[in-house]
Amino acid sequence: MPEMELSPKKQVPLKMNQSRLKRLWGRIVQHKFFYLLMLPGILYFLVFRYAPMWGLLIAFQDYNPFQGIWGSPWVGFKHFIDLFTFDYFYTLLRNTLVINFLSLILYFPVPIILAIMLNEIRHEVFKRVNQSIVYLPHFLSWVVVVGLTFFMLSTDIGAINKILGSMFDFRISFLTSDKWFWVIITFQSIWKDAGWGTIIFLAAIASVNPSLYEAAVVDGASRMRQIWHITLPAIRHVIIILLILRLGSMMDVGFEQILLMLNPLVMNVGDVFDTYAFTQGILRGDTSIGVAVGMFKGIVGLILVLGANWLSKKFGNEGIF
Amino acid sequence: MSFVLSKRMTIGDYFIYGSIVLFSFICLAPFLYVVSVSLTDPEVYVPFQFRIIPEQFSLASYAYLLSTNSFLNSLKNTAYITIVGTIFNIIVTFTMAYGLTKKTLPGRTFILYAVVFTLVFNAGIVPNYILVQGLGLINSHWALILINLTNAWSLIVVKSFMDSIPIELEEAARIDGCNDIGVFLRIIIPLSMPAIAAFTLFFAVAHWNTYFNAMIYLTDSSKWTLQVLIKTLVIDSGSDAVAQAGSSGEQAALPQETIRMASIVLAMLPILVIYPFLQKYFAKGVMLGSVKG
Repeated sequence: MPEMELSPKKQVPLKMNQSRLKRLWGRIVQHKFFYLLMLPGILYFLVFRYAPMWGLLIAFQDYNPFQGIWGSPWVGFKHFIDLFTFDYFYTLLRNTLVINFLSLILYFPVPIILAIMLNEIRHEVFKRVNQSIVYLPHFLSWVVVVGLTFFMLSTDIGAINKILGSMFDFRISFLTSDKWFWVIITFQSIWKDAGWGTIIFLAAIASVNPSLYEAAVVDGASRMRQIWHITLPAIRHVIIILLILRLGSMMDVGFEQILLMLNPLVMNVGDVFDTYAFTQGILRGDTSIGVAVGMFKGIVGLILVLGANWLSKKFGNEGIF
Repeated sequence: MSFVLSKRMTIGDYFIYGSIVLFSFICLAPFLYVVSVSLTDPEVYVPFQFRIIPEQFSLASYAYLLSTNSFLNSLKNTAYITIVGTIFNIIVTFTMAYGLTKKTLPGRTFILYAVVFTLVFNAGIVPNYILVQGLGLINSHWALILINLTNAWSLIVVKSFMDSIPIELEEAARIDGCNDIGVFLRIIIPLSMPAIAAFTLFFAVAHWNTYFNAMIYLTDSSKWTLQVLIKTLVIDSGSDAVAQAGSSGEQAALPQETIRMASIVLAMLPILVIYPFLQKYFAKGVMLGSVKG
């Protein structure tokens, strides 16, 4: 880390360099307490966040757990070539993109609309009670959410199928049919997180000066006009930033959610990069393929995030980094 | 919004109130249904029949679950991981975040970039698994505590919270003879209490809810956490799982549906119980770091 501080000043004479080094050492000693405080955190990042990156080398090997990273034979890009020429890769890609795209058009607007509606409520108690209710599902685990989904939708114990069964004597196999999978995943995400997602918009709306609304009322602006000309501009920047962030995470899907919802009958529409990396790399022991899939996803994700950040700055926003 | 002149409800109002009530109802309906079924007397429960109000109330399903070793054991494991894990989370996150606020610290920018990088790039599931395996942490609860010791998002939020503490307070304390340790313990920590409260909640909920890591790292069923057990009970379903959960075969006669629903309710219970009291801290916690964006 100290080298980082020195690198831009390479041209200075050796003697001065030494005195700078001394001064730097002095500053480090002066801050020794802070380094000590940060030590557990730094060690954590080194061991649990950066050390696994060496494991990425496995993607370029025919990894054998008994020989380890040092002993396994190198094969170059073989696993990546296999991956890109493998039909199933495009199924994984399609599933990832479809799930994200559905989330973008169906999930993304919900917290915005909900926040605008909550803001229009004049009855404070009603507003607070409903806020508490819609925030709640965010704190449940995916196991619980998927469990609740089973109790609502499964053919034997699902409430909806019980109603359908008793009224029309017919049942829909929501959970084992590939037609329903994407819809259910998207709806689950909305159920769990859309309410919680309103917080950031409500905070942005709360910063609007109430006199703007008063002036609008005096000018005879209808409620729709107030929303359009005052509320929406107030949250425009938040919407744009979140939209860009969303575009930056087009490779990510709710991994625990998908993993819990998968069953053999919906594999062709539900399998995504993470679940494939998990089944191949850990369950089937095909470590190199698992690492290669994870690495491909990670690098594309990184490019998307950096691109989104660049886009954000280009639009005059602060950017996330 | 007191400035609104007329208090009379318009069509727009009805639409808005109606939509919000509908959304809240959709959020609540699954809970109500599951709680209702779990409270039904297993003796009179009729499968394949939809009922909103139980025919006969009974706590038998809960009593059964709470009498099984596997359930109690997983509850104990989850409580242990949640409590110990959260304590470590708070210590590591707040000490590191404080170091990151020191602008004069050599190497600070580098560390900050290294932390933020983990936000956008992760080695992936398999390399992490190999690391945990290499460290000999498979089947240890410490695996779950150590791999989530802190994270970039929390560090950045806490750091920007600490940045908002006026530097003058620190300087005044130094003039009064406080050393670095004194400043941290007597000035920074007490002033960070709102952030500590919010993050205690966030970390505790995250530990309580962890499923995937618990599932891959805890192979021995005596080490299982609640989420892993619930997953096998509810989602993998089948009478086998319920029979396995029971210590003896005699309760196999109980309809598993009420038991499965009771297990879900018990997994949510701690969150449902603390939630109404702590909701405002959760909501505040989200906005903590937003001062600086």
